[in-house]
Amino acid sequence: MNLPRQRYEETFVLNLGPQHPATHGVLRIKVTMDGEYVVKAEPVLGYIHRMHEKIAEQGNFAQFMPYTARMDYLHALALNHGYCLVGDRDAGIQVTERAEYIRVITVELNRIASHLLWWAAFLLDLGGFTPLLYAFDDREQILDLLERTTGSRLTYCYFRFGGVYNDIDDEFISDTRTFIDRLRKRLPVMYHSLVTGNIILIKRIKGIGIISAEQCRRYGASGPVARGSGIDFDVRKHEPYSIYPELDFDIPVYDEGDSMARYMVRMDEIEQSLRIIEQALDKLPDGPIMAKVPKNLRPEAGTCYAAVETARGSLGHRLLCNGDRNPYRLKLRSPTFSNLSLFAEVAEGMMIADVLAFLGSLDLVIPEIDR
Amino acid sequence: MEATNELHTTLLTLFGKLNGGAEDATEPNDNDATEARTATIPLDYSRSGANLEQHCRPEQLRTAAELLDNQHFLLESITGVDWPEKNQFEVLYDFIHYAAPQYRVLLRCTVSRDEAIVPSLCSIFSAADWHEREVYDLFGILFDGHPNLIRILLPEDADFYPLRKDYMP
Repeated sequence: MNLPRQRYEETFVLNLGPQHPATHGVLRIKVTMDGEYVVKAEPVLGYIHRMHEKIAEQGNFAQFMPYTARMDYLHALALNHGYCLVGDRDAGIQVTERAEYIRVITVELNRIASHLLWWAAFLLDLGGFTPLLYAFDDREQILDLLERTTGSRLTYCYFRFGGVYNDIDDEFISDTRTFIDRLRKRLPVMYHSLVTGNIILIKRIKGIGIISAEQCRRYGASGPVARGSGIDFDVRKHEPYSIYPELDFDIPVYDEGDSMARYMVRMDEIEQSLRIIEQALDKLPDGPIMAKVPKNLRPEAGTCYAAVETARGSLGHRLLCNGDRNPYRLKLRSPTFSNLSLFAEVAEGMMIADVLAFLGSLDLVIPEIDR
Repeated sequence: MEATNELHTTLLTLFGKLNGGAEDATEPNDNDATEARTATIPLDYSRSGANLEQHCRPEQLRTAAELLDNQHFLLESITGVDWPEKNQFEVLYDFIHYAAPQYRVLLRCTVSRDEAIVPSLCSIFSAADWHEREVYDLFGILFDGHPNLIRILLPEDADFYPLRKDYMP
């Protein structure tokens, strides 16, 4: 988008955040404005920085597990999974089959919950209040399911190296199936008919905030942001882990690169996650939920990387060990950190109201950016 | 998988050239504290999560990154590491490729702790901007040629580098 031809003599600086409701948390954006148009946008980070990477170095491997969920609190189980994956891989632990299935079922349930909350909050940003009530109703069902199994509603500490901490029971399985049917019925009616086809929504987000595939590559974007720009990249297919290769699901990709494309990717992903859960429940094997794991992990000296797909993109852990009982260095590669870094380039020349719609479509979780 | 294998062969050749040109120069440095060396090490993906590890000296870093850029890789993350016993900082760059499944390239570069300056990759990969600022913020490693090397996560008046091993809160 180009700046208007008629330029004002003066520009002014507008502070968006860190307590602005549209920034969902404590993101601050310094925007230089020319009238209604953005000349320059500059995200300012660090308002919820807690130095998790240093905390990881202080304790042993298991002690860091609860902290993982405090970063992306909307898709906390994926962060559990990412940390377990890098530990399992580095220590050479073979996770039991049943545990792998349970991991995938719970992670995908959590992914739906995350997308539903994004959907609600995004529409709230755009001025629609009603969708929030529908989405929170469905999300509540998921939180209830996960609460009974994991013991917590938001910041889970459910995964362990080599398995999970608690088995799922028949009640969980039947309730999950009921939930799948329920959401399948509600998706076309309450989500797509009411909102997706709504002309006001389309006018607000179609053609707004266009990100090119080349921009995605230069900035290292992943997740729905990359898939909305025509890039077929999902860690679950790209670097398969756990039991994803055994399940049949599609990766939704849209070529337009605008906010609407990212919206559609997430909505389609909800349906794909339902498919994954259904298959995993059908195939769920019996057996132990924990492998034989030493009380304290002590991997050999060296380095290891593992990536997982969270609701926001590729989450990576780079682990360096020196043969000790605690990680020598644990780097967290958060997807939204990279996704947000392209914001400034794209926002240039947009109108402020569109910038907010674009910002919402990136699906930011600030504690994960700041770590 | 075919695309991945092809890419792997291409990279081995290109990195081989990079090493070849520098091997003579590295020899006198073997006992040096900075231990400057170049080498290409193929890795086992199932064990380490990466396929190729390239060690390079700071002055070769931009050449190596340009080479990866030409092959359409993307920069996924930059990790700083402090090795106080060797008096070194190490910077690790993770690269992946959208079209090559299960393929990951790791660039490793060590610098002396006393003079921690690494060339910036900002002009090659835009992603490097924030990642380099983060490494600077937490380790105090300088990135030569970075357009805006200021703190990103810590407050701007902080006078410490928390991920250094000798940092005491």
